[in-house]
Amino acid sequence: MMERAAAAPQFPDPLMSARGVNVHYGGKHAVKNVSLDIGRNQVLAMIGASGCGKSSFLRSLNRMNDTIPGARVTGSITLDGRDIYDKRQDVAQLRARVGIVFQKPTPFPHSIYANVAYGPRIHGLAASRADMDDLVRTSLERAGLWDEVKDRLAQPGTSLSGGQQQRLCIARTIAVDPEVILMDEPCSALDPIASAKIEDLIEELRGNYAIVIVTHNMQQAARVSQVTAYFHLGELIETGPTDRIFTNPAQKLTEDYITGRIG
Amino acid sequence: MKRRTLRKFRNGAFLALSVVATAIGLACLAAILWTLVSNGVRGLSAGVFTQMTPPPGSAGGMLNAIYGSTVMTVLGILIGSPVGMLAGTYLAEYGRYSRLSAFVRFINDVLLSAPSIIIGLFIYEIVVVPEGHFSALAGALALAVIAIPVSLRTTEDMLNLVPQGLKDSSAALGAYPWRTILSVVYPAARSGIVTGLLLAIARVSGETAPLLFTALNNQFWSAKLTEPMANLPVVIFQFALSPYADWQRLAWAGALIITVTILALSITARALLSLFQSNRGAR
Repeated sequence: MMERAAAAPQFPDPLMSARGVNVHYGGKHAVKNVSLDIGRNQVLAMIGASGCGKSSFLRSLNRMNDTIPGARVTGSITLDGRDIYDKRQDVAQLRARVGIVFQKPTPFPHSIYANVAYGPRIHGLAASRADMDDLVRTSLERAGLWDEVKDRLAQPGTSLSGGQQQRLCIARTIAVDPEVILMDEPCSALDPIASAKIEDLIEELRGNYAIVIVTHNMQQAARVSQVTAYFHLGELIETGPTDRIFTNPAQKLTEDYITGRIG
Repeated sequence: MKRRTLRKFRNGAFLALSVVATAIGLACLAAILWTLVSNGVRGLSAGVFTQMTPPPGSAGGMLNAIYGSTVMTVLGILIGSPVGMLAGTYLAEYGRYSRLSAFVRFINDVLLSAPSIIIGLFIYEIVVVPEGHFSALAGALALAVIAIPVSLRTTEDMLNLVPQGLKDSSAALGAYPWRTILSVVYPAARSGIVTGLLLAIARVSGETAPLLFTALNNQFWSAKLTEPMANLPVVIFQFALSPYADWQRLAWAGALIITVTILALSITARALLSLFQSNRGAR
């Protein structure tokens, strides 16, 4: 077991670094001693059966676990070398740098425009109305949604289709100019065509952001990621370049999972 | 075979009992409404809405009482609803799992079912006695105390219906809770909150006992909040118990006005609520 934790790959200059991370929910030990690096301009896919701790680990990366009563995170997680669980760390600021997209699209009960402008308004990122218009436009463009919504920015975000709503949520996350984007099964509520669009988008976004994606779809993990981490019952079993994990896994458990024998 | 027949019989008997019970309830309601409408319509005339409450034997209306009821209800809601809404917001958003919240919830339930005459006495002791006289303001305060638990409860319930994912998404963009509540949670629960407001108004506008000890009544037109003010429930109470036929007719008319108003409020609240819930389902 100790051997596995030590086998975490070390990038020369990781953007985020987790060391010996444990997550407890009340009496439940959801994440056990996980050490993992997140590289720049890279997509890290976290795979594993339901309840294996991958989402809990993901949520600890921008302290979303803080909102859950009884949740406790130990170990160290650093962003650019600084501990994000430090007492002096401003959580709002952290979340502006490490954004998250959830499983179900959650457009706010506002217009499409106001959905994207929500984050920038909080952080005061636009000096003028024209600035904000630009920011909304570029965010929607990057999320690949601009052409579909440019004529109806004033309509409610809830009027979009599921796939469009999810891209709206991605645009909303991009708008605050984060460094890392966390995605918690972003395609599980979408049909295959909408999923394919999100996957293309992830590939494009990699140029500017580090991305961590939790997915139950192994083909998706193989398609979009450069690094894959396999979780089992709260432990990180194996991590490495996606090509190798899917062709030549070092651990028996990983092999069993990706070949469909367990999970 | 025999056991099956027995079970069928039991089921039929139970069904019949339930139907009879429902029929009794509905019949009572229908009888009340029928008596109210038939007597009330006879007492209704344009004068009811344009003239002051009369001395026995002369013509008059209930304008001062309608005005007083409106003023005290609006004032009571303006004072009570914000308190209830903010407390409900605390329970749903900030302290959902805290021990204080459990305590507040319990106390609120007690207040919700407290007889309103007790609330009237309470305001009588702390406002009317020190002031030395009855006043519209005291009436409004009593109504506010009644509105608080209603609006607290509905606000908490409605805010709890807002999906956690929406609140998380706002927090994930770096919003502090106050921002999430103002910009995301309230707009998402808008029709639910309005529903709570309407229910509080409906609850408050028919109250008689608390006004008896606080605003009392006023035979004349009065817009001063520091003086006793006429109001429909107390006027109805006084006129209905009087031996004068014209007063009794006016009392019926007043009862009809209150009932129709409350019914309209409740129906609007229900319609809004179902709209709110179907919107949520579509999301």
